[in-house]
Amino acid sequence: MNQLNLDHASAAVEFNKDEPRVDWHDETLWFVRTKRDRAAAQLPEWEQLREAASQIKNHVLSNMHDLLAQFEENAKRNGITVHWAENADEHNAIIHKLIQDAGVTRMVKSKSMLTEECHLNDYLTRHGIDVIDSDLGERIVQMRKEPPSHIVLPAIHLKKSDVGETFHEHLGTEKGATDPQYLTEAARQHLRDTFLTRKVALTGVNFAIAETGGFVVCTNEGNADMGAHLADVHIAAMGFEKIIPRAEHLGVFLRLLARSATGQPITTFSSHFHRPRPGQQMHIVIVDNGRSRQLGRPDFRNSLKCIRCAACLNTCPVYRRSGGHSYHSAIAGPIGSILAPNLDMKLNADLPFASTLCGSCSNVCPVKIDIHDQLYKWRQVLMKEGYGPGSKTAAMKAMATVLESPGLYRMAGKIGRGVLRFTPVLAENRFNPWYNQREMPEPPAESFRDWYINNKKA
Amino acid sequence: MTTREKILANIKANQPDLRPLPEQFTFVSTFPDLTKQFIDVLTFVGGRALVVPDYAAIRSDLETQYPNLTSVATTIPELADLADRTMVVSDPHELADLNLAIIEGPVAVAENAAIWVDETQLPQRVAPMITQYLVIVIRQSTLVPNMHDAYKRLKVDTTGFGTFICGPSKTADIEQSLVIGAHGARSLTVYLLP
Repeated sequence: MNQLNLDHASAAVEFNKDEPRVDWHDETLWFVRTKRDRAAAQLPEWEQLREAASQIKNHVLSNMHDLLAQFEENAKRNGITVHWAENADEHNAIIHKLIQDAGVTRMVKSKSMLTEECHLNDYLTRHGIDVIDSDLGERIVQMRKEPPSHIVLPAIHLKKSDVGETFHEHLGTEKGATDPQYLTEAARQHLRDTFLTRKVALTGVNFAIAETGGFVVCTNEGNADMGAHLADVHIAAMGFEKIIPRAEHLGVFLRLLARSATGQPITTFSSHFHRPRPGQQMHIVIVDNGRSRQLGRPDFRNSLKCIRCAACLNTCPVYRRSGGHSYHSAIAGPIGSILAPNLDMKLNADLPFASTLCGSCSNVCPVKIDIHDQLYKWRQVLMKEGYGPGSKTAAMKAMATVLESPGLYRMAGKIGRGVLRFTPVLAENRFNPWYNQREMPEPPAESFRDWYINNKKA
Repeated sequence: MTTREKILANIKANQPDLRPLPEQFTFVSTFPDLTKQFIDVLTFVGGRALVVPDYAAIRSDLETQYPNLTSVATTIPELADLADRTMVVSDPHELADLNLAIIEGPVAVAENAAIWVDETQLPQRVAPMITQYLVIVIRQSTLVPNMHDAYKRLKVDTTGFGTFICGPSKTADIEQSLVIGAHGARSLTVYLLP
């Protein structure tokens, strides 16, 4: 099954073929959502924290130029080398060059959705560089040659038996082993050796502090720290929107991030990097890759406030039942669906339609992004620009014609009721997507209009 | 035009009109007992907390917890006799076989059981991650209610690196089953002195 070459709806059909697995996926992510709820409920000031985070990020969007300039100046003063990349290719080339300059062909990397967005691993592999992802979930999907299906839980689409098979093949664990403790220990040993032997380590960036010229990386496993502190060269890659004005603002974001993500009070490690250790090189790559374009779209710029907690994925009824790979984009789920059309409107035109617009995503977002409104607005833009799915355009045109004419509307109603009553097979077949997983309704004997006319006479 | 100039020019052209920072972004947390709150949360995240009167109590608990353990290092002079090696090394790789690191935490947070450590406490940044087992000694008098209080107390760039540590390293990446001991320490014990 390769969901990645399909549009969201078709890929979701593939994912739904294994019903017990879909149910497990759905229930597990909902459980993570309930953990988030419990964590949020423990803070009486939760809603005020969300509001503060939202306003800080609004300020950041409006002051981006100066904050980045301030960050760069302070980072340089700290002995960090700052690089700028306009797009994915430049980002990949800069990192490749840094690895070459270090005179090595291997790198260890902790989680960075930006490098997924830029397809860094593919690029480096093509250029003869061996990259090992050190987050356990990312390492699992990397061995399986799959992309992550979730930005916080990269291997959430897999069962422990899948992981057991993969580790048996790649790490020589016992065949048929499924104990998570045993499998995690095997990965720990394998990656410990990696950490100890790599001279270049790449990490993502959760927050970059303009005032101090440093950056914060959050992990539970300690993998970002193990990589960075043992390497001669530490490269941190960040989208430019990761900037925050001052260190004291971290109080707001670190209180929200892990609680929103997994219901933890804070991640195990929240590491603040300000200067390279003696003898070490530290580099930051600041990436645009379409972000400045998104910043110029008033309806969509708020998507750049995202802190990548994945609360919107965990709560989304469509994500939970269609799986991350259905979104064929580095970032899945509701937030991914409003970021992806900015990267490629044609390729990602299906994603804003992968939503019921129920609004749950906006309600759990720790920085108050109006995600469901933006999904709706992207649909308008995509249809106007001619990127809408062809079937939808035809259906909408037909519907408009029918709704414009009272005569046609009444006739259509009559035909619909007749079909459901006398030849239900015309509606109840697999070619009607509304019939899949649904019972068709009992057709009423007459329309409301007919009923009204008849009763008024009586 | 360099890439840098191009990106910054695009940002300047596209960013919206200036919006102010919020007036309120710090909040007050009130816990009836900071120590109890800290211990409850640390236990919840898989750590072990122990209130102790003095270093002698720490020593005796460590001797019970880790009998005959070798490759032990500490930065705390009062516990120096427990150590058989040092964390003060020029190459962090030398710590690869460290079994137990015993360090101090200058500020700890009651709301989430996070303990701040920076290079004042860490001879090598990797020490609290690379060690098999980690012990942090804090003083109850340095407990603050929440993260806002912690950042008021701290200067994050006093040294080149600092981190909040909350519990032992962990992962749930295999079918959401929690496993303690991912890449960092397999356990965290926190001793709370008066």
